[in-house]
This record gives sequence, structure tokens and C-alpha cells, in this order.
Amino acid sequence: MIRLTDVFKVYANGTKALKGVTFTLNTGEFAFLVGPSGSGKSTIIKLLTGEVAPTDGQVVVNGYDMERIRMSKMPYLRRTIGVIFQDFRLIEGKTVFENVAFAMRVVGASNKEIRQRVPYVVELVGLENKINAKPDELSGGEQQRVAIARALVNNPSLIIADEPTGNLDPARSLEILLLLQKINELGTTVLIVTHEKPLVDRLSMRVIAIDGGRIISDGMDGYYNYEVE
Amino acid sequence: MKWSRNRTGYYLKEGVSSIFNHSLMSFASICIIIAFLLIMGSFILLAVNINDIIGGLEDENIILAYIDEYLSEFEARALGAELARTANVSRVNFITREEALERFIGRHEETGRFADVDPTWLRHRFEVFVEDIAFISDTLHEMRTIYGIERVNANLTVARALVSVRTIVTGISVVIIAVLLAISLFIMSNTIKLATYERREEIAIMRMVGATNSFIRWPFITEGFILGFLGSMASYAVLWSLYGIMAGRVYNFEAFFINLVPFSVVSVPVFFLFAAIGFGVGVGGSGLALNKYLKV
Repeated sequence: MIRLTDVFKVYANGTKALKGVTFTLNTGEFAFLVGPSGSGKSTIIKLLTGEVAPTDGQVVVNGYDMERIRMSKMPYLRRTIGVIFQDFRLIEGKTVFENVAFAMRVVGASNKEIRQRVPYVVELVGLENKINAKPDELSGGEQQRVAIARALVNNPSLIIADEPTGNLDPARSLEILLLLQKINELGTTVLIVTHEKPLVDRLSMRVIAIDGGRIISDGMDGYYNYEVE
Repeated sequence: MKWSRNRTGYYLKEGVSSIFNHSLMSFASICIIIAFLLIMGSFILLAVNINDIIGGLEDENIILAYIDEYLSEFEARALGAELARTANVSRVNFITREEALERFIGRHEETGRFADVDPTWLRHRFEVFVEDIAFISDTLHEMRTIYGIERVNANLTVARALVSVRTIVTGISVVIIAVLLAISLFIMSNTIKLATYERREEIAIMRMVGATNSFIRWPFITEGFILGFLGSMASYAVLWSLYGIMAGRVYNFEAFFINLVPFSVVSVPVFFLFAAIGFGVGVGGSGLALNKYLKV
């Protein structure tokens, strides 16, 4: 669950990235966060993952208050979140299995747990035949599927995808979005940051639009409304 | 943090693979540790040998305290307790006039020339042994203040020279060890920095999926530990071998009047010292290098 209440963020150089952002994403919800470059989308992602702290207001992620959380607790918050990036961020030289297993190893899973869980998640994203392939042997779409598998493998309650289809062609982009929708149907909260209108419109899900550091619309088909305004 | 064999295996595997991935820097790190420890070990062995020679001199009778000639033997002997209480005195040995004369005659081949010498021409005396030759001047000064001690003799030239050499060697050792330690830490830190820089993406991913700082740190610490351990053990073996060869040559060279202290005498403390420094440089260097990557 995500709850932002009247959140302001001013960076050290004086840039006012967020100016009173308020929204809530309940457990099991699926939403797009859309907006042009510099609108504040990335700042919201950084706030949610604990990379930056809010200047004012309250950010609560999976029960953790991001203003009060101790640094020693940050890893434990992050274990409840699966993050997917535009550039996949896979480890070169490690196979699909190892890349996914890596996230489990970080949280202290045993070899037995890893051997059981990783093939299941890799199959879930449709890469069971490429489990021993390395990232440079995979297409962009396949690499993003590996990144999704890695985000899923620790069974997080929240998935945050930062422009997950930015490096993919339209067909592969739709596949990825449908995969994330499927994951959401299994009970995981999903927040996707994107600016790809056709894809957003295609799924007809909740859309939170941000511009100039403010939420300008929030609702079903919100992206369409945002463009009209 | 829950510790497991599984995790230890992971740290070890990552540490070892990183050493091979940066083989040149790893080799440089090991070499600098070897150089550092060899130089430090050489100074330690030099200091040990100088101390051994000085210790030998301390065991020789280098102080003679002559007793006032008007004191009887009984009164002269009684001064022994007071002399023994003097700071830095380890033990005293009373020598009567007669014994002194016997020794004197014994040191000369033409003993007949001294047949008519009267022992009363000589004084009763004490041989005084000191604990540390470096403080012998203070000891002599204090002994002279004792009532009944007429004169105190000590041949200080060699002792002072050796003490000076020991002081100089110690001073130079401390400076060189400090400089080399700093250089070793710097090199080790840079090796680990290079490893962390190449793996910064991996570290960022680790953080993003919820790795604790210790989980991120341990593979690098393991790498530093292995490098430090290899360097220290290699330098220990080289030092032992070189010293053994040198000690053998000194022993066979009859013109030398000294024998080097056997390596076995210092082997255990030097082993632990080297291991500790190897560990400290390896692990300390890793810790210094990693700090900036663990702040968020």
C-alpha cells in the first residue's frame, strides 16, 4: 500500500520537484503514474524506494513511514517492494537463473529455497527455456521479463515499474504490461510509471497524472483526460 | 543478521572471483603487502638481534662497585642488599679482595710476577648486573650515592653505542612501518575501490532488492582478507627463508663474533603479527573503499 499526503520535495539545488502531492494506492490496486519529463514521476519513485526523503508531508509504503524509517530498516522495506527499471539492470555474466536467484540470496534464502522458487518465477514470466541464458543472449523484452522475475521472486506486496517498456517495441511492451496485469490479478499491488499513451489507454486502468510537481488528474482513463486539458 | 553456511559460501565465492577478475590489482596488492611486511620483518629481526647482543652485555659483569677500604668484609657484604634495591639492578655478586686477586692473576700468564701481591691492596667489590643497559647511567649515579661505595666502574662505550643503534633502528622502523602501512592501506583500498566501481551497478541492484550493508560489504571484505592473508603468509615464508640463509652464512663466517638469533625464537609472534597486519590492511582497506557506496 502507498499513501502520499501533501508531499513536497525540494532538492539541494533548489529544484521544487513535488508541490503537495497526495494520492493513495491500496493493496491489490493497479495504477499508472503518467506525466511529461521533469513532472516529478522519478522523484515519486525515489521517495517510494527510500532513495530520497520528503521535504514535507508524509510518505507511507507498506506500513513504513519514509520520514521516520531508520536506515537500518531500509533494506527490510525494500524487500517488500519489487522494482523494475527501463534499462532492466541485469547483471552481465550471470545467467537468468543467477540473476533471479541473486535477489533471493540477498534476503538470505537457502539454496534449496532458491532451487525451488526461481524456476517457478522464471516459468511465470515465460522464460523457462532460457533459464541458463545470459542477458546478452536475450532480446529486450526477454531481459525485461527477467527483471520482472527478479522483482517478483521475493514475493513483494508492491511492484514499482519505472518506464518498463521504454526500451521495447509496441508488441513487446504490450506483453510486458499484460504480464504485470496478470501479476496484479494474483494480488500484488502494481504502480507503473510511463508516458506511453496507447498502452495506458489499452488497459483502461487507474491513471494518476502529474505535471509540474502536482497531481492534475486521478481516475480511470485519466491519461486521456490529462491530454485534453 | 542471520548467518549461514550458505551465505558464507556466497561471500567466499564472490571474494575469490573478484580477485581473479582484477588479477593485476590483486597481484599488486599482494606484492605491496609482501614488500611492507618483509621490510618490517627485517627491522624487527634487526631489533631482536641488537637486543640479544645488548642482553648479552647486560649479563656480563660490566659494573664493578668498589667498597670503601676501611669497611670490614662483613660490613662490605651488608651493602649487597642496598645495591640490589637500586633501580634497574637485577642481581649483585660479592667478590672478596682475595677472590679479586685470584681473578686478576688468573687473567695473566706470568702468574709468578704477582706472587707477592697482598690482597689488602685491593678492595672488596660487587659485580652488579643490570636489567636494561639503556638506563645504566642512572643506575651508576644512584649507586655512587650509597654510603660505603667508594667507586663505580663500568665500560659504557660499547653499551652506549648499541643502545644508540637500537634507538635509531627503532625510530627508523616506526617511521618506515607507518609510511608502508599507509601505502599498503592506500593500494588495498584502491584495489577494492576498483572492484566496487566495476560492480557499482550490482551494488545498486543489491540495495534495491533489500541487501543490508553487511551483505554488500562481506564479499569485498572477504576479498581483502584473502589478499591480506596471502600477502602475509608469502612474506612470512620469504622472511624465514632469507633469514635462515643469512644466519647460516653468519655462523659459517668465523670472523664474525656473533650468532644471529634463530628464527624459531621469534617465529610465533612474527607469524601472528604478520597475520594480524595482513588482516588489518586487507579488511581495513576494503572498509575504507566501500563506505561511499553504502550511504543510501
